[in-house]
Amino acid sequence: MTIASSSPPVRRRGDGALAAVFIAPAMLGFLVFLLWPTLRGVYLSFTRFNLLTPAEWVGLDNYVRMVNDPIFWDSLTVTVEYVLINIGVQTTAALAIAVLLQRLTQSSLLRGIVLTPYLMSNVVAGLVWLWILDTQLGIGNEIISALGFDRIPFLADETWAIPTIALINVWRHVGYTALLIFAGLQAIPNDMYEAAKVDGASEWRMFWRVTMPLLRPVLAVVLIMTVIGSFQVFDTVAVTTAGGPANATNVLQYYIYGSAFGRFQFGYASAMSVALLVVLSAITVLQYRLTRAGQSDLG
Amino acid sequence: MRLRTLSALAGAVTLSLVTGCAQGDGTGASANTVTYWLWDANQLPAYQACAKGFEKENPGLDVKITQLGWSDYWTKLTAGFIAGTQPDVFTDHIQKFGQFADLNVLEPLDDLGIEESDYQPGLAANWIGQDGHRYGAPKDWDTVALFYNEKLAKDAGLTAAELNGLSWNPKDGGTFERAIAHLTVDNLGRRGDEPGFDKNNVKVYGLASNGGGYADGQTQWSPFTGSAGWSYTDKARWGTKYQYDSETFQSVVQWYFGLAEKGYMVPFADYNVQSNQANTQIAAGKAAVTFDGAWMISTYDGFKGMDIGSAVTPAGPTGRRATMMNGLADSITKASENKAGARKWVAYLASDRCQSVVGRYGVVFPATPAGTEAAVAAYEKKGIDVSAFTEPVADTEDFRTFSYPITNYAADVTALMQPAMEDIYGNGAPVSGLDKTNDQINLVLDQ
Repeated sequence: MTIASSSPPVRRRGDGALAAVFIAPAMLGFLVFLLWPTLRGVYLSFTRFNLLTPAEWVGLDNYVRMVNDPIFWDSLTVTVEYVLINIGVQTTAALAIAVLLQRLTQSSLLRGIVLTPYLMSNVVAGLVWLWILDTQLGIGNEIISALGFDRIPFLADETWAIPTIALINVWRHVGYTALLIFAGLQAIPNDMYEAAKVDGASEWRMFWRVTMPLLRPVLAVVLIMTVIGSFQVFDTVAVTTAGGPANATNVLQYYIYGSAFGRFQFGYASAMSVALLVVLSAITVLQYRLTRAGQSDLG
Repeated sequence: MRLRTLSALAGAVTLSLVTGCAQGDGTGASANTVTYWLWDANQLPAYQACAKGFEKENPGLDVKITQLGWSDYWTKLTAGFIAGTQPDVFTDHIQKFGQFADLNVLEPLDDLGIEESDYQPGLAANWIGQDGHRYGAPKDWDTVALFYNEKLAKDAGLTAAELNGLSWNPKDGGTFERAIAHLTVDNLGRRGDEPGFDKNNVKVYGLASNGGGYADGQTQWSPFTGSAGWSYTDKARWGTKYQYDSETFQSVVQWYFGLAEKGYMVPFADYNVQSNQANTQIAAGKAAVTFDGAWMISTYDGFKGMDIGSAVTPAGPTGRRATMMNGLADSITKASENKAGARKWVAYLASDRCQSVVGRYGVVFPATPAGTEAAVAAYEKKGIDVSAFTEPVADTEDFRTFSYPITNYAADVTALMQPAMEDIYGNGAPVSGLDKTNDQINLVLDQ
């Protein structure tokens, strides 16, 4: 029996059927859990629906309401603010960690440690930080107070709440993002750095002239993924602030959840979900185009 | 061969686990079983005892009780209504009643023979829907009183009699404001009513905080708005207009949140619904007194190394004291597969036979007078004086009791009022902004 053959592969009959069998589970999952709910969500966005009685067609009513709903626009603004802080800080920090991991150390223990917060569930991370940052009782504020500063209402003040939640999630996700970028760095051939060194380039210059251009496709994919994830922030908000104070952290997903499962307005919640889908799709296409994620400068 | 046997075995185990899980879910649809859900873990043993009595009286019928924490409870119940896995009977809350009635998921209980006069006043009437049918059988009740740290009160020179005799008004706050000002101590040991008091560096606040109070202010501002004579809606039940635009309401709210401005009440920035509610502030010694409900009696009693007393709410401009009196009920789900059994169980739950048993556990005040008496005796046995909670029900001349607002769209009302009240408390927004919120609420109710 030969393991490799130089002759061109012969297409055997029945391959298609076999392929269909292999694809079927994933296809079934895609149809049942993705395509059908999406289509149904779009349909429900044109209805008034409380889950227990049949949906009633209302045309564009939900969309008209959404456009005129100040809370919707407010929550969209809050969400964008969150995404900007979360992605900005997270990407910069992850990139720095990944480069340091690649250029300075081979220790897999260090790489492991970087990933540790990611092993914790979002809800647990949120609760732990909530307790640390509690204005009156949290150890974080006890330290701030012991150092002679005023206590900071991290999660209870409308100015602080969104940056705090954004940074809690940076803390949890930065290791994972760094690891993704690190994998991208590993793909950059070492000769590039050696050649740059021979030419007398500094680490700083190598970073901007070698690392960044060659990392671009990976970074682009990481950005697209993290931005989508960031727009969907929900659990940290649910356990730390529940949308408060005074709607200051009422991010879009939380507003959608409250409208659907708290107020039984599934039609309106679906309309807002469709809006979020449109926004995310537009951002993804834009990012993909701007960062030329499909092309590599390598080779 | 061995591998095949192993995998067959594994398959069999998995299958049995799956089917086992399916059998073990909360529904247990069977003619012999009645499924019952409640959220208060403290009450579970009492109702288990009740179920035993019921099963003895009704051979062949089993009650299966499931207890779930407050927030999971409603999520799971909602999911259960949708998926058809709802319990036969569940503990119902008046705030959810309107929504459930609207969704048509409750079974009418008109034929259970629930008589108003068998229960504490008002409890049975609240569970009649707009269609005139009854949807809940009275289970228990609670009122709100003033819990206080006995040592801090003594240090401030306040006696139990003084704390039980407080009065307030929205102009100068009356003896109530003077008391909490005196209970407040700043970092340098100066009391709130002493010269040089530093409101920005307070060590112990006079009054603890339970947040903005959503749309009802049950343990926040409602003892004040109630004793000022204000009501949530235009009618006692199923009102069609909310009255947050009333001058009385707004002046009381302004005075109440103003207590935080003056440094006498825990500021909004220090409160957190998860990590730092009023009972935590009291337990941590960060506040001296707080309004809280009867369901918290055991919690406050359990604080280690701290004696907590309770006093009646302060008398208001109307000359009367006021507290919300809320009552839970048991409801049967419309989709229940064992309605006959469920009816029997609910009738039993609403009877003196069950409520007296529950009362003896001293964890809640049952709705029937005999059940209440049993509970008072049980609390007494534990060394807890609960008269601050029972007096408002017994003495209707000096006390005004009122219910949660019972209207449609309660969840929408809360969603609109919560940020509005937090804005006033946390950001110092003007109370006149409530006019607009009230208009929005009434617009929702007009739908």
